Amino acid sequence: MPPIENDAEAVRAMTDLRTQAEEIHEQFSDQLEISVDDVHERLETLVEEYKVPVDEARRSVTSTYLDEAGMDREELSGGGGNEQVQVSDVDAAEEWVDLTAKVVELWEPNSDAVAQVGLLGDETGTIKFTKWSKSDLPELEDGEVYHLRNVVTDEYQGRFSVKLNRTTVIEDADEEIEVGDDDTTVEGALVDIQSGSGLIKRCPEEDCTRVLQNGRCSEHGEAEGEFDLRIKGVLDDGEDVHEVIFDKAATEDFTGITLEEAKEMAMDALDTTVVADKMRKETLGRYYRVTGPTFSRYVLADEVEELDGPVDAEETLIKARSI
Amino acid sequence: MAAVPSREVARRVFAREFNDASYTFKESDDERAPVYLLLPTGERANRIFLVGTLTETEDVGEDSEYWQGRVVDPNGDTFFMYAGQYQPDAASMLRELEPPAYVSVVGKPRTYETDDGEVNVSVRPESITTVGEATRDRWVVETAERTIDRIQEYQAAETEDGAAVDEYVRMAREEYDLSVENYRRAATEALESLEADDEQVEASP
Repeated sequence: MPPIENDAEAVRAMTDLRTQAEEIHEQFSDQLEISVDDVHERLETLVEEYKVPVDEARRSVTSTYLDEAGMDREELSGGGGNEQVQVSDVDAAEEWVDLTAKVVELWEPNSDAVAQVGLLGDETGTIKFTKWSKSDLPELEDGEVYHLRNVVTDEYQGRFSVKLNRTTVIEDADEEIEVGDDDTTVEGALVDIQSGSGLIKRCPEEDCTRVLQNGRCSEHGEAEGEFDLRIKGVLDDGEDVHEVIFDKAATEDFTGITLEEAKEMAMDALDTTVVADKMRKETLGRYYRVTGPTFSRYVLADEVEELDGPVDAEETLIKARSI
Repeated sequence: MAAVPSREVARRVFAREFNDASYTFKESDDERAPVYLLLPTGERANRIFLVGTLTETEDVGEDSEYWQGRVVDPNGDTFFMYAGQYQPDAASMLRELEPPAYVSVVGKPRTYETDDGEVNVSVRPESITTVGEATRDRWVVETAERTIDRIQEYQAAETEDGAAVDEYVRMAREEYDLSVENYRRAATEALESLEADDEQVEASP
């Protein structure tokens, strides 16, 4: 780094520092709560006060942030080739990966910071993606397949997603993808229908669907509430338990009790709990197979089948006799 | 993710093995920590699920209602269950049901010591529902499968060295002097009773 000879040179060096700061900030913006000013200040201190060359200063500041984020240098964007993964392989946060996937759904972003949000899919399933406004990336189109390089994985309450950032490279892929469903199927005896099941009331506030407890919403306080049907159940196969949720339609299908009938039952009894009691009486202690998407630790019941056909004891008997 | 304590699995066990169990333990000093019954084949049970024939109900309470139910598995062995004022749903089922009937029971194992120092084990039901024969048969096959799995694990411990042995298998070997062969026989006989039912159906005109 040559000594600064005149004002113009000094200004150029300072602008350069700003650009460097922005680049470093971009590399860590998904991992650390830092501002460009923070980065700039650190660079400035090293360069102006300690007279460290800019390259060396950049290296030093990057190292500091790598430590703070608990990352390896290889994980930084532009740090060489990422692993080409499939959607179902994503099982950790903060990994840089490459994906080839189809845009399955586009949702309405609920923040100006988000340019696009939706679902990407490949043969192995679907995953949520977020594209930041500040990343300045081209528009993704519904139903199109893309090669996405340099996306970062994230996790929230057990669900994984990918984030497209300024370093992400988007290329049209000249191929068709048959998107697989990531439905889960669980089987077992229905051993519990938990409280908060049956005829419930939900908070009527916009975008709030919380279930009222004694006529109160935990967020919006006292509320009139809107009736709904739901079952929170537990399937148990003797080895593992699976929590399943039936929404209104699934509950009506499963129990044969419609929302209107449930309201009448509750009205006659002057008590809403009679609905869940009746459901328990008719469904607990029987075997079911439930299929649907997973959300957090729940399986959302799309299809439910009672396992009430004949069972084959022969195979088990052979095993029992042979040990 | 330590926030939500995981729900205890309902173990599948035939009455012969269940009634032989007597040793209970906790895995932490916390007052509310779950109590486990140690099954003789080497598994801990804080909850069980069973399906069988309700053969008899009786109010054995003195001051208040306390219902006893007897549920028999295909081997003719009996699960005893007791429900009082703290299990109102189960108690009212036992009050209302007319034996014989196939019932599913989800419940917690309970032990008590008799005057002559014997430990008896029973079920404190969380729920009792009436079910059909198909559900009973499915339970029999499933319970035989789980029992065989446990026996295989138990027997494998004979050839493995100390560190590899499952901790509940080791516990069962220490606490009980019982032969798991009895439980293999219980599983076999229960399955054979299903086969016999099938043959009867086929033989009938």
